[in-house]
Amino acid sequence: MTEITSLSLYELIKNIKEKKISSNEVAKSFVDRSQKSKKLNAYVTENFEKCLKLSKEFDNKPNYDLKLPGIPIAVKDLFCTNEVRTTAGSNILNNFVPSYESTVTQNIWNEGGILLGKLNCDEFAMGSSNETSYFGNVQNPIAKDLVPGGSSGGSSSALAANLTPVTIGTDTGGSIRQPASFTGTVGLKPTYGSCSRYGIVAFASSLDQAGPMSKDVKDSSILLEVISSFDKKDSTSIDFKRNNYSSELTRNIKGIKIGIPKEYRVDGMPGEIENLWKKGIEYAKDCGAEIIDISLPHTSYALPTYYIVAPAEASSNLARYDGVKYGLRSSGESLIDMYEKTRSEGFGEEVKRRIMIGTYVLSSGYYDAYYLKAQKVRQLIKKDFDDAYNKVDAILTPSTPSSAFKIGEKSNDPVSMYLNDIFTVPVNLAGLPGISIPAGRDKNNYPLGLQIIGKPFDEQTVLNIAYSMEEKINYKNNITDWWME
Amino acid sequence: MDGIMSKKNSEYLIERNDNIYEVVIGLEVHAQVTSNSKLFSSSSTKFGAEPNTQVSLVDAAFPGMLPVINEYCVKQAIKTGIGLKAKINNKSVFDRKNYFYADLPQGYQISQYKYPIVGEGNVILDMPEGQKQVGIERLHLEQDAGKSIHDVDPSNTLVDLNRSGVALMEIVSKPDLRSPDEVNAYIKKLRSIMRYLGTCDGNMQEGSLRADVNVSVRIKGSTDLGTRCEIKNVNSIKFMQMAIIYEANRQVDLIEEGDEIDQETRLFDTKKNETRSMRSKEDAHDYRYFPDPDLLPLEITDDFIDQLKSEIPELPDDKKKRFIDEFKISPYEATILVSDIDTAKYFEEVVAKMGKNRDMKLAVNWITGELFAVLNNKNIEITQSPISAKNLAKLINLIKNGTISGKIAKTIFELMLDGDIDPQIIVEEKGLKQQSDPKALEALIDKIINDNREKAIEYKQGKEKLFGFFVGQAMKASGGKANPQLINEILKKKL
Repeated sequence: MTEITSLSLYELIKNIKEKKISSNEVAKSFVDRSQKSKKLNAYVTENFEKCLKLSKEFDNKPNYDLKLPGIPIAVKDLFCTNEVRTTAGSNILNNFVPSYESTVTQNIWNEGGILLGKLNCDEFAMGSSNETSYFGNVQNPIAKDLVPGGSSGGSSSALAANLTPVTIGTDTGGSIRQPASFTGTVGLKPTYGSCSRYGIVAFASSLDQAGPMSKDVKDSSILLEVISSFDKKDSTSIDFKRNNYSSELTRNIKGIKIGIPKEYRVDGMPGEIENLWKKGIEYAKDCGAEIIDISLPHTSYALPTYYIVAPAEASSNLARYDGVKYGLRSSGESLIDMYEKTRSEGFGEEVKRRIMIGTYVLSSGYYDAYYLKAQKVRQLIKKDFDDAYNKVDAILTPSTPSSAFKIGEKSNDPVSMYLNDIFTVPVNLAGLPGISIPAGRDKNNYPLGLQIIGKPFDEQTVLNIAYSMEEKINYKNNITDWWME
Repeated sequence: MDGIMSKKNSEYLIERNDNIYEVVIGLEVHAQVTSNSKLFSSSSTKFGAEPNTQVSLVDAAFPGMLPVINEYCVKQAIKTGIGLKAKINNKSVFDRKNYFYADLPQGYQISQYKYPIVGEGNVILDMPEGQKQVGIERLHLEQDAGKSIHDVDPSNTLVDLNRSGVALMEIVSKPDLRSPDEVNAYIKKLRSIMRYLGTCDGNMQEGSLRADVNVSVRIKGSTDLGTRCEIKNVNSIKFMQMAIIYEANRQVDLIEEGDEIDQETRLFDTKKNETRSMRSKEDAHDYRYFPDPDLLPLEITDDFIDQLKSEIPELPDDKKKRFIDEFKISPYEATILVSDIDTAKYFEEVVAKMGKNRDMKLAVNWITGELFAVLNNKNIEITQSPISAKNLAKLINLIKNGTISGKIAKTIFELMLDGDIDPQIIVEEKGLKQQSDPKALEALIDKIINDNREKAIEYKQGKEKLFGFFVGQAMKASGGKANPQLINEILKKKL
């Protein structure tokens, strides 16, 4: 039998249900491999002992009716986990241990999943390379000193390196899809309102959405089915009829109309991205889809809009980290002095930059010119998609304008870093579901992803298209275990 | 105070160097919503609990915690809006008001800014010179902050988050008030309406009702508004009035000296009876209001509003009108009786228990006279009245049907205070029944005239004031029980 850690989630579940392997064997394999992979720096907090213990408990009293029977899963360190430290990649929450569980992770444990550990991420999910984490850079298992993408960089690295069978990330402007693209994995951002935000450390509330990351499309459908639920504790959670995504998954997408937005052919886009996209269109045609050229006229405003809305919300969401109630507190002469020292020492440079931008755009005298205008443009961007969906069922674009870059390459150039999100950000602004699937490689042999964007609440179509194209693309990861001694 | 003229009863004018100024006042009243749980969490709102025992993860702003609106508080705000005859907005938006303070765990207060739940309305004040209408600008819902305690620990400020997240209604008046007396009437009327509705208990000692007071002055007759100062967080009507008087005079003095008034936020020092600058307009906080992305706009259907309208009880203005029409009491009496819902309830119960032969005059007099005096002395509310409405009605009926005199009734009233005793039982046990048997009274009076023959002659000779002497003697001889009307009649006949 192949190594346990290289099995897909679907295969692991099948083997456990057929009693070919035990939960404890699975847990041991992933714990062992994770322990040998510390060089990747994917974990912030390990939960290995507890995971092994719980897997034994599962084996003693197995319940095979569960959707994730005894499956160990490591999650992004943005999800609050009861009695397990949750840092959001920040010094300010370095010592924070929640007494509660996020709805999304609770859904996973309710279906038999077991927490393997908490995965590294950009500080408060602000970043596209995992370089803003207080807990250090994460290595992309694809090649040495390559960023794994961000902000869910620990998640994409751990997933690609087979340290966890699947994982969950959060996506505010591309933080699931871009790291998936950089590591040759699958990442799905569901429709805003599908997965509860309760217990997820907030970055930008109107954009944040949790979603599955996996080795293949089927695994994402299994995990989405578990984590997507209506939750009264989140006022923006939406009560819609959710599919049984995995059992309804089909490769029959004949006649489905896929739009190709001309505005995504941005200036200076590398030829290999253009070629990837062209190849993607051919794959989609091969699957029986009908290709239609569409226009999303306000696309070029998406990035500036995002970089007003997201920092504005973040500047307010991060006000609670003030040293008064929990987390880091630096001593100060007075209340204001304590605030200033705590926040200066607790937050990193990128977080401070975004708090400053957010505070600025909300200030009186600037509010109308920035925040209010951005909200209006956001409506126009949303309308672009609404109009397009009168003609097509889904939209195909590249996931990112480039493949993974070297650690340090862009860390001193925030604007170039922000440009990474150019294809993913409009999807968040419009609240739509989007998936990135591995679709090819660049000249360095680094993976490249394609993005499929769907109608609101139509994750099933997005998954079906991805599932069909995945078969045609037949991407194989060529990861060597270079980081192991 | 020097230089203050008073033409009408409630008018407040300031005279300086032949200039006559009037004061223009607008109030932002913060009324705590009566509700078991907080505006966005399920924590209890009960007053007086141990510090930090009524705090949820949401109230303390733990990472990933989200607000969920309390429908009951929304209903309470809408009801209050209906009570203020105000427009209920079908769509309102919760915004974040951003500022840092130790007792504000989120780093922002969830409030309503551009789109409040309730729009324009009005309140009628009963002033001595007649009714006055005061405009309501808006009512919005917001969270209260926690409490910073500076005087317990010598070197640290302690924070109690029990109040953090409790629902408040901010009721903003138009600048329609012109005197401390009107402010008094306005606050009392608001309080009265909210207590009728059960939307705010109006308890100022517990901080359920506080106000920011906006004060400006102008030459009487002018229609321009002067530069205003806002006096923050005043928690009693008396302090509001003191602060207004101080502030209005301060502003007039500045104008008279040729100085400008700075638009600023001031604090009222209750010990020194003065207002002090807290921050100027330049230093004003930039609250960076924006719609709270954790909450959807609040959409309220007309059906929902209509349903709440059907649940609105009779409010003070309507009750007053009905009391005047139905019970034939004076507008003045009606105003007193309806001002507090519990007084109105007590009065109506007395009326009901008096039955068919009810005497409104007696009921009003006994409640506003004897009973109010007792409540005042004991410093208690009418709900804690030592005499029940039922027994007070019985006492009034005993007077009305001639069983006892008004004077004896006062004695009985005193006795009733000790455990709400049935006045009928007191009358019987103490033998206080009024003597209304004319024959017995005639015999009694004959004896008095006999015993005081000389005085009787003097009376007949024209010393009419001696009549009172004979009435007194007769009452004394009967132990106060004699029917005074009969005594009068018999004495007149016999003398």
